[in-house]
Parts: sequence; structure tokens; C-alpha cells
Amino acid sequence: MMTLDELKIHECGMITQVLGTGALRQRLLDMGLTPHTQVLLKRIAPFGDPITIVLRGYELTIRKEDGKNIIIAPIEAPRDSKGAGK
Amino acid sequence: MIFALAGNQNCGKTTLFNQLTGSNQHIGNFPGVTIQAKEGVVRGHDHLSVVDLPGVYSLSPYTAEEIVTREFLITQKPEAIINIVDGTNLQRNLYLTLQLLELEIPMVLAVNMMDQLEKSGNHVKLEALSKLLGIPVVGISAAKGQGIQKLMIAAQTVAEKKQLPKPVIEKNVLQQDMVKLEQILGAAAARQNLPIAFAATRVLEGDSIINRQLGLSAAEEKQVAEIIAKIEEDSRMDHIAALADMRYGQIAIVYDSVIQDFHRSREQIRTDKIDDIVTHRFWAIPLFFLIMLGIFWLSFGVIGTPLSDGLAELIDRFSYWVDGCLGQFGISPWLHSLIIDGIFAGVGSVLSFLPTIICLFFFLSILEDSGYMARVALIMDKALRHIGLSGKSFVPMIIGFGCSVPAIMATRTLASPRDRQMTIMLVPFMSCSAKLPIYAVFAAAFFPEKPWLLMMIIYLLGIGVAILAGLLLNRTAFRGDSTPFLMELPPYRFPTLKTIGLNIWDRAKDFITKAFTIIFLASILIWFLQRFNFQLQMVDSGENSMLSSLGKIIAPVFAPLGFGNWQATAALITGFSAKETVISTLSVLLSNGDVAGLPLALTNFFTPLAAFSFLCFCLLYMPCVAAFATGKRELKSWRKAVEVGLFQTATAYIVAMIVYQVGSLLGF
Repeated sequence: MMTLDELKIHECGMITQVLGTGALRQRLLDMGLTPHTQVLLKRIAPFGDPITIVLRGYELTIRKEDGKNIIIAPIEAPRDSKGAGK
Repeated sequence: MIFALAGNQNCGKTTLFNQLTGSNQHIGNFPGVTIQAKEGVVRGHDHLSVVDLPGVYSLSPYTAEEIVTREFLITQKPEAIINIVDGTNLQRNLYLTLQLLELEIPMVLAVNMMDQLEKSGNHVKLEALSKLLGIPVVGISAAKGQGIQKLMIAAQTVAEKKQLPKPVIEKNVLQQDMVKLEQILGAAAARQNLPIAFAATRVLEGDSIINRQLGLSAAEEKQVAEIIAKIEEDSRMDHIAALADMRYGQIAIVYDSVIQDFHRSREQIRTDKIDDIVTHRFWAIPLFFLIMLGIFWLSFGVIGTPLSDGLAELIDRFSYWVDGCLGQFGISPWLHSLIIDGIFAGVGSVLSFLPTIICLFFFLSILEDSGYMARVALIMDKALRHIGLSGKSFVPMIIGFGCSVPAIMATRTLASPRDRQMTIMLVPFMSCSAKLPIYAVFAAAFFPEKPWLLMMIIYLLGIGVAILAGLLLNRTAFRGDSTPFLMELPPYRFPTLKTIGLNIWDRAKDFITKAFTIIFLASILIWFLQRFNFQLQMVDSGENSMLSSLGKIIAPVFAPLGFGNWQATAALITGFSAKETVISTLSVLLSNGDVAGLPLALTNFFTPLAAFSFLCFCLLYMPCVAAFATGKRELKSWRKAVEVGLFQTATAYIVAMIVYQVGSLLGF
């Protein structure tokens, strides 16, 4: 078990749980960061934060600090490592 | 009939709106809703108008935009919703669609980017999508204007038939729980005239606004709690995650039956390649500064300046011509002076900035519409977090080096009022181009060998003060959380000329309106203070004017800063109309209006330390009336605008005092 901010570039994870409360959590869920969703860490910003992840076919930028709320299980990267599927 | 245009950010909503309405747009006023949405009449359909709602990702009440959107939809009951989705990003876009379907309003779905989808070999089964969602679905390409007629016909049809959405997505256990919840809430929702399905999902999300509105009885509350417990048991998640999961589960079913084997679009592949460079670890920052430098060089130098100079020349000629005419008609001297020295000089000098501003906004809207601004926010987020802001505040700050007016207008893109107000406070510390003449004249007087060094110190001082002020504000008045920085990175797209054109037109209109209202009045006021004494007699020299009397009263305040004389004070007061006036006033008062002779006069008038202290004050004190008025408009409050101005002036005072007092102690 690890959190989203611990992924390395091009590593993949499956969300198991979204922690936190209130507006931020609702926003994370609304943006599609729900349990059983695959995420791929695509880029890290020049100063090391925030990170860009790919999920549900689009790119989302999130701060590492907020990523700590997202518990993931590491999984093998999909073949198309840049796209990431559903 | 009114149609509401709803959709995520970056899905082409504004492009579609511009296609539908052309330039027939205005900011609509809707009673009972605190909304600033654009409304426009559809071209060729005089009885149809479209409202462009803010781009949102859901109807949860967490940002101002989301509240406005749903408030509009529920209270104004548009005849139909046109929901536009990005076909290359259907999964996330459909999340909002599912929420909109709950509102019991006739609806059509516009799947945008059809041309992109086809080019990359993707096929969306629009009929299947239409069947599952229970609403008409039309494929369009907003940028190319394809499918728009068909979309309007579909929207009119559902509106006329009052055809409500009838989604038929397969139901799982959770949805059966939802049906039970809807039954419990049915009576309360009907009382409040709220759509039942909407009320049910809102209650499940713990939406305090809707909960209050429904006013459930204790018995109903208990039943709701039971259902929530059952949902948590069935889903093995808490109910809020369960609801989001349920929606995305439904989307997965829909998505799988309308798209097979999604190929990434060319746009997405191109985006990857661009981002490899643009957000590169080493190149990102130099590239950003290069782009900014290029834009400034073009707007303020190569293109903007000749155009502005040309316009100034035209205004001058016109003013000269009017001057001559007035002379011929033998109009009384005071009116003559009011028109020429007051209005023409004041409004004219500001109006001549129009080409520069248009030019600046041309480039900035290209950056914005292409998707680059989102990358700038990403790159700079970490740095701005230290002062409690997010990367999104960086863009207005950069524009501030050009002019505070567009910079303050650019804060509109910030989500939270806290971030917006703080950014509006800090933007004027980025030394704007209008202050440049002040530094130039003083540098020539006191620092003739290395004028650029003085300039650099001043600019860096502005940035330094902004950082310190940010740190201070973040720990005092603006404590609390900056909104979570969760931002979609849209694919790079070619901006359409129409969108850029309309954007520039908007800004130009804003600017011209301001020049002829606020600046017009301010020019008259300053002229009046400069030309008359308290007996309301016209005076020849500035010495006996009201302005000088006022200056003499205020001057002692500036004594600790080293320039407690009425001339400097009067210059600072007039600088409020436009910063360039500081120099024109000083030249009138110290060297009989001869700007070339001003540096010499200054050296007799200021000590070098007092001059530097004066420059520090000029750099930091409350911005010109145009910037102030823009701030008032964006903050929507006179009180807040005045507070911001006082904060800036106090900062200027403290910094200049420290400079002068410490400098004196050190023996400068």
C-alpha cells in the first residue's frame, strides 16, 4: 500500500481509497479519482511538485500534498504507458 | 426561449457560444441569481437566446462557479440545456452530464471535437449514446462550425415538446437504493419544487444548501440515515465515495457501448511532444521567460509603441484642431482650458495606451486559449505556494509588469475569492510600464552613469515587497486554505480567430468605457484643483492653486520619508490619475513644464536619498485610478477596493520611511 505522491514517473497504480474531507475530497472524487481507477504518473513539475497524472484518458495536475490522500496499490503499467486506460 | 450552455472547462463551450451568437453578446442580469454569465441571441433565430454558464466539472457546491451554475439551472428553469462534452475526453465529461440529467430539464448533448475523433480513427456511436442517456445527441465541431444547425434544431425540438431526459442505463444495487431514497424525499422535494433525483443525490453528498432547503422531518431524516447506512454496506465505501463511484460506474457502461478501442487523438500525441519541452525540468523556466520577454518586447516595443505613438499623434492633432476651433468661437478661457488641458490631456494620454493593451491581450489570449497558461500555473505553483497562493496567480502578476488594469482583470480565472483578492492586492507591486518615465527622469538626474542599475533595483524591490507582503497577508488577514490546486491539463489547441477577436473586443470596450467615464471625471477634477484656488478663481501658476494648498496640508506627512514639500506631494496626488502625471506635474511645478530641464531641477530639490525614497513610494503606493476602478469592479465592493488601496499606500509609506531613515543613519 502506498499513496499517489510516492509513484515514480511512468509507474501505475490502482486507487483503493480516497481520504480527506469536505471540498477537496469531493473534488478529487468528482474529477474521477474514485476507488478502482487506474492512474499513471506522467510528469513531475520542474520544482518537483506538483505532479501530472493520467486517469480516465485525461491529464490532471495535483499537488503531492493532496496526493497523500489517495491510497493506491501499485500495478503493472499498461502497454500504452503514455495513454492509460479507464 | 432561453437555452443554457453547460459543460466542463476546456471542452469548447465558449467557442460554441461564440459560433452561436457572434458578437451579439452581453453580460446578462438574472434576478435572484448572483451570476455574471454571458447571454447572447442566436444568429438567425431572434427568439432564441443562449446563456454561457461557467465551465464546471460537477454540481457540488464547492466553487462559486458550481453554485452559480446550478442556481441558474434550478431557479431560472431554461427551456433546454445544451450540454457540450469533449468527445476525446468523454469519460470525465459525462460525469457532469449525469448530474444534469437529474434536473428534469429538456436537454441535448453536443459531442464536440468530432473532427478530431474522426481524424484519429475513432468512432463514437452517437445513436447508442442517445438511447442510453435518453436525450438527443449531436456530433459537432465547434471550432469549424460543423453540426451547429443540427444542434439548434434538436434543442428547439426538445424545448418545444418539453421532452425530459429518460436515461436507461442498467441499474445496479446502489441505484436501487437511490430509488428508495428518492421515494423518501419525494414529498419534501415536491414542496420545494426541486427535481427528485437531484435532491436525492444532493442529500447523499451531504449538500448543506439543499438539506436546509428541503427541511426534512425527524422521521424522514431517520429513513435517510438508514438508506445511507445500507448504501455504505452495499458498496463497502463511505456514501460520498459510493455516489461518485456509482456515477463513474454508469459512465463506464455507457462509454464501453459507444466507443470501441479508443485511439489517442493527434492532438493528444502532439500535446505530449510539446509538454516534453514546455514542462521540461531544465527548459521549462527559461522557455517561459523567453516567451514572456518576447510578448513584452512585441507589445510594448515593436508593435505596441508605434501604434500607441501614432494614436497619441492623432489625438494630439485632433486636440490641436479643437483648440483652434475653440479659439475661433471665442469660448471663455476656463472652458477652453478645461477641454484642452483637462479632458483632452487626461483622457487622451490614457486612450493612447489602447493599442498596447490590445496587443498585449492578443498574445495573452493566444497563450490562454492554446492551453499554455495551464502549464505556466503548473510550473510556478511550487514557488507561489510559499505565499499561500497557487500557480494560477502567477499569470496576472506577470501581466502586471505591463499594466495593472489587464492584470487585475486576469484574476477572474482564479477560483477562490481569497486568492483573487490577495492577487489583486499584490499585482500593483509589479512595477507597471507607466512608472517607467518616473524612474527614467530620476535616474538621469541622480544616477546618470548607470541608469539601468537603478531600474533593476526598483523592479526587484517591487518583487521583493510583493513576496514579503504575500508572506505577511498569508499569516494574517488571509490565513486559511488556498483552494486545492487540482487542474486539468487540456491538450494544446489552435485558438480560433473568432474567440481571440471577441476577447480583444471585450477588453477594448472595457478600456474605452473606462477612459470616457472614470478617467474623464478624474481628469476634470485634477484640472480643477490645479487651475483654481479656494475662492474658485482661476490661477496662473500652480503655486496658488487648490492642489498646492492641499499639497501643503499633506506634505508634513511625508517629512519622515525625506520629501515633505508640497510639490512632491502634489505630484503624488496627481499620479493617482495616471502614474506618468507624476513627471508632468513635477515638470510644471519645478521647471516650468520643461521635461528636459527637469533632471537638473530635481537635483536641486531632492537629496539623492530622498529621491530614492520618493521612487520607492511611487513604485508601491496605490495604483492609478484605472487600476483602482478595475479592482473595485473585480472585488465587487468599494470597501474592499479602498482597503486594498490603503494597504498598498501604507506599504509604500513604511518601505520609503525605512529606506530614508536607515539611509540617513548610514550617512547617505
